Parts: sequence; C-alpha cells; structure tokens
Amino acid sequence: MSAALRFLTRRRGHGGRWHWTDVFTTVWLFGGLIIMFGPALWLVGSSLKSPAQLAEFPPTLLPYVSQAVTVPGYDKPLDLYDVTMEDGTTRRLAQIRRVGTMAQMVDPAAPDEKIRVNIKQRTPAREVGFATENYTEPFQRLDFVRYLWNSVFVTVMATLITLLTNSMAAFALSKYEFRGRGAVMGIILATLMVPLSVILVPLYSVISGLGLTNTLWGVILPTVATPTGVFLLRQYMLTIPDELLDAARMDKASEWQIYWRIVLPLTAPALAVLAIFSVVWRWNDFLWPLIVLSRQELYTLQVGLFSFSGELNVQWHYILAMTVVTMIPVVLVFVFLQRFITTGIAGAGLK
Amino acid sequence: MRSRRPSSRPLATTLQKAGAILIAPVTAGLSLIDRPLRAWQKKTGHGGMAAVFLLPNMAIFGIFVLFPLAVNFIYSMTGGTALFLADRSFVGAQHYERLADCTNYLDTATCKDDMFWNAVWNTATFVVVQVALLTVVAMTTALILNRDLRARSFWRAVFFFPVLLSPVVVGLIWRWILQREGLLNLVVVGMGGDQTNWLTDRNFAFAAAVGVSIWAHVGFYALILLAGLQAIPKDLYEAAEIDGTRPARVFWRITLPLLAPNLLVVIVLALIRAVQVFDEVYVLTGGGPGTSTMYLTQYIYEIGFASILRNPGLAAAASIMMGGVLVVLTVMQLGLSRRNNRPGR
Repeated sequence: MSAALRFLTRRRGHGGRWHWTDVFTTVWLFGGLIIMFGPALWLVGSSLKSPAQLAEFPPTLLPYVSQAVTVPGYDKPLDLYDVTMEDGTTRRLAQIRRVGTMAQMVDPAAPDEKIRVNIKQRTPAREVGFATENYTEPFQRLDFVRYLWNSVFVTVMATLITLLTNSMAAFALSKYEFRGRGAVMGIILATLMVPLSVILVPLYSVISGLGLTNTLWGVILPTVATPTGVFLLRQYMLTIPDELLDAARMDKASEWQIYWRIVLPLTAPALAVLAIFSVVWRWNDFLWPLIVLSRQELYTLQVGLFSFSGELNVQWHYILAMTVVTMIPVVLVFVFLQRFITTGIAGAGLK
Repeated sequence: MRSRRPSSRPLATTLQKAGAILIAPVTAGLSLIDRPLRAWQKKTGHGGMAAVFLLPNMAIFGIFVLFPLAVNFIYSMTGGTALFLADRSFVGAQHYERLADCTNYLDTATCKDDMFWNAVWNTATFVVVQVALLTVVAMTTALILNRDLRARSFWRAVFFFPVLLSPVVVGLIWRWILQREGLLNLVVVGMGGDQTNWLTDRNFAFAAAVGVSIWAHVGFYALILLAGLQAIPKDLYEAAEIDGTRPARVFWRITLPLLAPNLLVVIVLALIRAVQVFDEVYVLTGGGPGTSTMYLTQYIYEIGFASILRNPGLAAAASIMMGGVLVVLTVMQLGLSRRNNRPGR
C-alpha cells in the first residue's frame, strides 16, 4: 500500500513541494488511463447486457438481468417487480400482463390473488447477471464462425507469404551484387508509402481480371509484397557478415541453403517484428476486403462487423459481443508482445 | 535495461515449441525446393540465384502495386462503367476538367463535382486540425513519458493500446459511446445537459472524427517522439540545471531543436495518414451527417465502387490527385528519414 502511495505521490524534488508539472503529469497519466482504456472496458461491460438493457437510458455500469419466476398456473416464467403498495410497504410481485398504465400482478407465494398495480409504482427486480447469449448466439446462429475463420485464414496466409517473399527479396538485395539492384531498391523505396487507396480502382480491375474477386486470395495477394517488410529485413540482413556466407559456400552449401539455414535464422528478430506487424495489419484490414468481398460467406470479421452495424435496426448486443471477440487476438498480441512492437516502431519509425 | 521477468520464460518456450511444430511442414516443404534450385544454380551461378530470390516478391509487387499504379493514369482518361481497360472509351482529360470545374473553389456549390470539392475541403480541414492537435497531444504525452516515472513501460503501453485496435473496432467503440443512449450522454445529462444524438450534429461529428482518430493513433507518434527524447544526451539537461535555466527555456532551447528531426517525421507521417483518412471515420459516422465527414478516400470508394454513382475513371482521376499530394509528402518523409539515419546523429 505504501509503495502504491509513494508511486502516486512521486514527484520531482522541488523542496518536497508539488511542482505544477507534477500535477499536470499525474492528471495527464490518469486521464489518459481512463480515456485510453475506458472506452474499451465500457464496450466489454456493455457487451454483457441484454438488448432491453442496452436500449435503456441512463445506462448502468454493471449488466443486470431481470429476475423471473415460475408461478403455478402460468406457462411462462413471469418477470418479478418490486412494487410500492398504497400503504407504503414494498412487495415483490410477478407480472401477469400489462394493460395500459395498469399491470396485473400476482404474489408468487399466493398465486390465487391478482393485484392491480399502476406501472409507475413498480420497478423491475434485477440482479447482476451476464447476458452470455450475446456471445454464444452469434457463434451458433450467425455466420460469425465463418467470418472468424476467413479472418484467420487471411491473416495467417498473408503473414506467411509476406515473411517468405519479403525475406527472399531482402536476401537478394542485401547479399548479392547484381545489375539493377539500385533500381529495384529505388522502386521499392519509392512505393514505400503508396497507399492502397490511391490504386483502388485499377487494383480492383486487376483482381477481377485474374478472377480473384470474391475470393480470399484477392484479399491476401495485394497486401503481401510490402515494401516496408523488404526494407526492414534488408536493413537487418546487411548486418550479417558476408564471411559467414562464404564459409558456407566453401562447405558446398547451395544458395538456397544459405538463405534458408543461415540467413533466415539469424534474421529471426526482424522477422518476428514483421510477423507481428503483418498479423495486426491483416487482421485489421477493412477497406480492401470491403471492396473485394461482396458474398457474405466470404466476409472477414471486420467487414462482417461493419455489415451488421450498417443494418437498419442495429443489433447492438451482437455487435458489441463480436467486437470484443475481434479485439481478443489484438489484445493478446498487445499484452505479450507490447515491448517488441514499441521498440520496433521507435527503432524504425515504421508504416 | 530492466531484466526480463522470469515468469514470461515458460510461456516463451511453449510458444517457441508450438511455433516449431507449426512451422515443421513448411520447413520440410522448403527443403524440397533445394534440389531443383541447386541444379539451376549450377547452370546460372549467383546472378541467376539473385533473380530467383527476387522473383516472387517482385512478381506480386509488380502485378498488384506497380501495374495498377501505372495504369491508374490511363484509367483516369477513360469513361463508362466497364471494368476492363479494353472496354472503356477514351475521354481524355474530361474527368480532370470535371473535377477542376469550379467558379469559386472555396464554395463547393459552384463546382461541377460538388461532392469532390466537399470531400477536398473536408479532408483539408481534417488534416490541418487533426495533425496539429495530434502533434501537440503526442508531444505532451512523450514529454510526460520521458519524465522520471515509475512503471514507465506500463504508461507507455496505456497510450499505445488503441494503436493496435482495428479501425472498425475503434469506430464501433466510439459510436457506442456517442450514440443517444451512450456514455457521453450519461455524463452530459448528469451535468444538467440535454440528451443529444451527437453524431447527427455537423460540428460535433467533425470533432468526433478528429478526436477518435487522435485517440486511435496518438500512441504511435508519442513513441517515435519518446525515442527521440531518449536520444538527447542527459548532460545537456544537467548543464542547464547547473546554470539555473528555467524549464520553459530548456524546452525551447534544448529539447525542441534536438527533437526537431523526429518531430518533422511525426508531422509528415501524421499528414500522410490524415490525407488518407477513411475507415474509422467511415464506421463512426458513415460520412455523415449529410456529407459533412466524407473525406477523399471515401469519395474515391463511393464513386469507384458504389453501384449508383459508379464512375471508375472519375475515381481514378481523384485518386491521382490525392496520390500527388501523398507523393510530395512521401518525398519529404524519405528525405527526412534519410537525414535522420545519417551516422553520428
């Protein structure tokens, strides 16, 4: 506790007093904590609420479910309400039906006597409970599993191809002298920042010319030859001493073996950084899959999520739950690999 | 350097093992390539091998980036709704003329393609406001993270977290908060305000677009600035402290000049991204209310792919104009990063 307190009150020594910058730092950090994490936490909390509760205003912090009880003589379970009676006491009654402003209620303990209550005098009896069906139903009834699978397929395939082709190109560009090397490097550098949005129209016609519209490969292929990846890997491979390669050649290793057995393992740290980036990029891709995929069974998670939210009556309870599921892999990457990513960005100023 | 926590070791080994098992078939497959390639190598020598290694990446790159880039210009000179270049009629500079046809460029109503100019001015406003605010917020965050904080890596992670979220998730999270029954209205009503549908208000929708895109990206830029701050030699600050220099002066005379290269890279990268703004705002507002948050990329998307307005040539022309802006920014970026990478900095 004292450590936490010391942490919270830590400040620059200005004669033991708080300098305004200390106050500002504290406010900024804790404000940042709330603003950065708060919305995501609110999303997770909301995703466990029932549709009725989601439409409620003001929203509650915790998800509640209304209690229901089975009363003899009635087929369906009846919702429980806390009713303020005319004498001021409160009773817990089950509602049979509601007509206008009056509700017909019954005491579960004495089911024979019907009581008429003004609806203003009753409040739903609720307890904290999680609407887990928000999560289970999309998996059972909607195409969510398919979207998930499509996204996984796109992400894994794109990342594998990116790593393989980019590392091969980087190997050629860092370890061989050949005519036109400068030109190739120049072209790659020049397109380093050409975003997909500039070539959307002709790229789409290429994809459709190759018959790749409405296929997952149409989503994968245009994204895999990233100049960023080639550049990153090449810079790393340049630090591998050529003597190592020469020694292997003396031992009759083929060039492919040199690439595969020597250079690639030594490039592992850079490959890991690129792999993380690639996974996050491809998992999060939205615009290009939105254009290429028009058949619903091919949607990736991001497109599927968006199409759900675009419908006229938005089913927020499913959307929120699916959004949380979509976030999970990225949050896992974040939790375990945050340090890799941050140093990768700080080092390379990537993307 | 902090030492690695011992608890993360077993996990790392497990992951490594799992990775090895997953990779095994790939490894086996790729070893099979060796024999034919060795034969090829005997025939062509090292030069041929360089081509072999370059080929896959350059083929994909050529087909899906270079070729579209090259034909984009031809595309912009053709009309009709057909997709294949051969089926399209040549219309010359017609699309460019249409886009440039304005009696008063500041008033979109006088333009032939008012949707385009609306998108242009929206994008311009967005870029200026978003990049300015983003830079200030990122700078402040970096300066604070660079202080003598405890658990600095935790705080760094806090601000970095949204960077990894997908734009769709970002858009949905904030739509959920800003909607009529949302969290913002809870606060507003609690303070005595009215329950409002925030995203149907023009000005607020713009503010939301700016705010949300800052929220989503600030961690990335703060990190680049933080790396720059940490590269500034500590003895400069010690010397300033001995001289009794005021903190504001230290900032303007030491921190800012030495951070300038990183700051420029941050601004240019933020500009490049802001010019292309699309997904998170599209999910958040759909470009609305009306077309008040419709930006250039969305214009290209709508004109190029929406079935009603479909005019791929016009979209290509607009994308080339946007590409022109991006090329200028990219050249700046490359120039800056090259200067930054000079040895001895």
